[in-house]
Amino acid sequence: MFDRRLIQYFNWGFFLLILMLAAIGVLTIYSAVAGGSASPEQGLYIRQLIWYGAGFGIMMVTLFIDYRHLETWAYLIYIGCILLLVAVIFVGREAGGSQRWLRLGFISIQPSEPIKVAVAILLARCYAKTLSREGLNFYQLFKPMILVALPFLLIVKQPDLGTGMMVLLIAGSMTLFVKIEKKTLMAIILIGAAGAFLSWFTVLKSYQKRRILTFLDPDRDPLGAGYHIIQSKIAIGSGMISGKGIFQGTQNTLSFLPEQHTDFIFAVWAEEWGFIGSFFLVFLFMLLIIWGLNIAYACKEPFGTILAVGLTTIIFWQVIINISMVIGLMPVVGMPLPFISYGGSSVITVMICAGILLNISMRRFAAE
Amino acid sequence: MAKSFYTNTEDREWYRRRLICAIIIVAVSFSVIIVRLFQLQAIEGAEYRRLSEHNCIRLQSIPPSRGLIYDADGTLMVDNRPAYNLKLVVKDADPLEETLEKLARIIDVSAEELMETILSQKNVPAYQPVLLREDIDREAVAAIEVNSFDLPGVSVDIESRRQYIFGKTAAHLLGYIGEISEEELDRQPQEKRYRAGDLIGKFGVERAFDEFLRGVPGGRQVEVNAAGQVVRVLHEVPAKAGGNLRLTLDQRLQQKAEELIRGIAAAVVAMEPNRGGILALAGSPSFDPNVFVGGLSGSDWDALISHPWRPMENKAVQGEYAPASTYKIVTAIAGLEEGVINERTRIFCPGYYPFGNRIFRCWRLGGHGTMDVKEALSQSCDVFFYQVGQKLGVDRLALYAKELGLGRSTGIPLDRESSGLIPTAAWKRKRFGVPWVEGETLSLAIGQGYNLVTPLQMAVLTSAVANGGTVVEPKVVSRFEPVEPAGNFRAGHSDPSGPSGPAAASAPDKLDKPGRQLSWKPENLAIVREGIWRVVNGPRGTARVARLDGVEISGKTGTGQVVGRKDGATGQEKDAPAHYRAHAWFVAYAPADAPEIAISVLVENGEHGSGAAAPIARELIRCYLDVSG
Repeated sequence: MFDRRLIQYFNWGFFLLILMLAAIGVLTIYSAVAGGSASPEQGLYIRQLIWYGAGFGIMMVTLFIDYRHLETWAYLIYIGCILLLVAVIFVGREAGGSQRWLRLGFISIQPSEPIKVAVAILLARCYAKTLSREGLNFYQLFKPMILVALPFLLIVKQPDLGTGMMVLLIAGSMTLFVKIEKKTLMAIILIGAAGAFLSWFTVLKSYQKRRILTFLDPDRDPLGAGYHIIQSKIAIGSGMISGKGIFQGTQNTLSFLPEQHTDFIFAVWAEEWGFIGSFFLVFLFMLLIIWGLNIAYACKEPFGTILAVGLTTIIFWQVIINISMVIGLMPVVGMPLPFISYGGSSVITVMICAGILLNISMRRFAAE
Repeated sequence: MAKSFYTNTEDREWYRRRLICAIIIVAVSFSVIIVRLFQLQAIEGAEYRRLSEHNCIRLQSIPPSRGLIYDADGTLMVDNRPAYNLKLVVKDADPLEETLEKLARIIDVSAEELMETILSQKNVPAYQPVLLREDIDREAVAAIEVNSFDLPGVSVDIESRRQYIFGKTAAHLLGYIGEISEEELDRQPQEKRYRAGDLIGKFGVERAFDEFLRGVPGGRQVEVNAAGQVVRVLHEVPAKAGGNLRLTLDQRLQQKAEELIRGIAAAVVAMEPNRGGILALAGSPSFDPNVFVGGLSGSDWDALISHPWRPMENKAVQGEYAPASTYKIVTAIAGLEEGVINERTRIFCPGYYPFGNRIFRCWRLGGHGTMDVKEALSQSCDVFFYQVGQKLGVDRLALYAKELGLGRSTGIPLDRESSGLIPTAAWKRKRFGVPWVEGETLSLAIGQGYNLVTPLQMAVLTSAVANGGTVVEPKVVSRFEPVEPAGNFRAGHSDPSGPSGPAAASAPDKLDKPGRQLSWKPENLAIVREGIWRVVNGPRGTARVARLDGVEISGKTGTGQVVGRKDGATGQEKDAPAHYRAHAWFVAYAPADAPEIAISVLVENGEHGSGAAAPIARELIRCYLDVSG
């Protein structure tokens, strides 16, 4: 039953790339939290190692299951994630004014993370059936729109605007990739603009509006978000060309950086390794994304192709948004950097994405 | 279609083109990031390195300018003035002794005292400024500027300070500001509008309308050098000034009221009977809100708090007193409306009224003879109202009292308002677990017993009689004048310092609430008005002393027994110890036919309403209506 070609086709390069990113992540977290003496956060890098252990385990398991089963299970996975999102609303744990976490025994999970993968799988299934060179028309788009709107609304209700927008970005990118008819595209843009206009006056909470306004006009809150950005820029800029050296970062050890081990982890890396290091890390990410697209190209059947594009998109947007935010090109929206930021839900989700990509890659012969 | 999608080369080519397109987007996105990183790290890197080595970015809050407060005529009552604080950096003041000597000559304190101030702030590092003297005068500032070469390390900071221009005038109404407390910080809602160290309204109008007055603080990111001095401003957002308030208050009348009650414990409320605008609201003794601005010493605070006449209490709003004979207005209306008495009902007063196994006395031992309700009001006959009260019963009487706004807060936008107490049979059962005794109703009917009212509630009641039966909500602000376009101030935003209904009613069009119209017969109200007109103008009225040439005043006196004296105790008031003497009441409005002002006066331990309280009301009416008589 076991096909030797699975090993023959295993994408060792992609796997090594992931290992490298994971190693950089754990190292940077170690550096970010080790500075503060005897703080309770010091053990975080060990926990991150454990998460990666679990992440690689899950990745290995997914490798053995043919990804094409996902097409069959797409709705099951989707509904499961939706139920978790609904559960969050009723029994979720509140943190910082919004309910995002679900307590399961000794761990807390954030259902808004796996829903991204579930949406990608389900959309891949939908589009694989309706794919054509002319592009999708309005009727073919109707079902995917509903399927995306449901989790989007549930996430925004938590409220977690950042992740909600993320789901829209992933779905939008996948849809654009499979092409939309021109007139349909125009109609959608118009409806979207009207929807944004309306939601401004109904759905959005005042703090979310304020964040959007801060994005458009960063001067609004000089003592809040603006302060984080300036500290982040100082950390990154002070790394100069060659960096201050490993564990030599001063901005993060003195706690000037906010959330240095989660959202602002890139600044820690950039301070210690300078432009050379940050270029290297950004280059690794770019390699990862292009490699993901290459896996999509190499796959010879539509579901695998579109799924690979979707999973690559998940990683792409998170990387772009997180780094842009840390270097002051975008507002602070609370978005972890894949592979590098501390956080179980993020690590597991990203490893599942990578696992499925490897899965698609090693079965590329199958459709021949 | 989909099945065969990859079988032909044309489709394959189409797909390849889309993929290349995606790769281009990815490459461009990452290029932007790389370019930005190059800019931050390679081009501007040295500058950021310098900033990081000194950890020298500081945040400074820019306090907004607080809104000003005017009286109804536009007289400025509360403003902000510059205050000059004298500071000294010990490290730079070399030689220190010599500098202090020179400084001492300028600001008129001894060098030793200055040295003590420095030593008392030992925790301040030598390179940071020590606060030597707060709020020094302008001449001293000028002298220091001129001699700045001889005064190394000495600097003068300017800060904006709240100034209550008329000192104690309207202190209870205006309130004061102070630094926000831990408790107030914790209580604020999720949106953090206040930060530690912010000044916040603590009392009165300053507190009730804090949200409107305070404005929005700005902020500044600055680079400082090793000595903590600002080298460069990196980024600044200006503060937005708070809005100004135009009060309903008449500053001249307010000062007159305070003059009249100086030296006694008393409260005065004057309001427009039709619109409810507070014209004067005074309590005596008072305090000077200016002393709170720079922070009050513990002993000064203790002195204010432990004063037997309670200067910190806004007696007009917080003080609860037995309404005494002023309450007969309520009893009369209730009796007329319920049909217990009518205009022609006559009752004989022999000077006492036996009820149960007790004798209830009239204040006039010889009795008033036979009289109707108007004359009973005019002469304040107790026996008449004992009988009306007895026929009404406690609960019917309470109903009318509550209709007139007693027993609950009036809705004035000042905090800590007392609701007073209007007892019912059910209340007594709940409170004391014993049933109502009918004899108690007799005491209630003449305003003694459990009844408690505030001077403000009595002013509202008097206004209702004056304006023909509308219970108005007292208000203190006549106009909100935002400095920024109106949209900037969000009405109804809750104040962390407690309930602040007033902010909700801030839109100017909502200021004039119509009030609650009572559904009583106009002729009954006319009877009562006639009765209390006679109090002042009738041949036997109890407040003939309040008569004023040129304007007719209607009013009602009251002499309220102080808790602690036995109900119905006889004996002369003047023989009793001062703090057991009765409280004196007078409520009035004028002119009697078309009232423009309603007044409630309470003098603690003033013995008689006619003697102690009525002349105060008379003088206020004289002042407000500008009568020379």
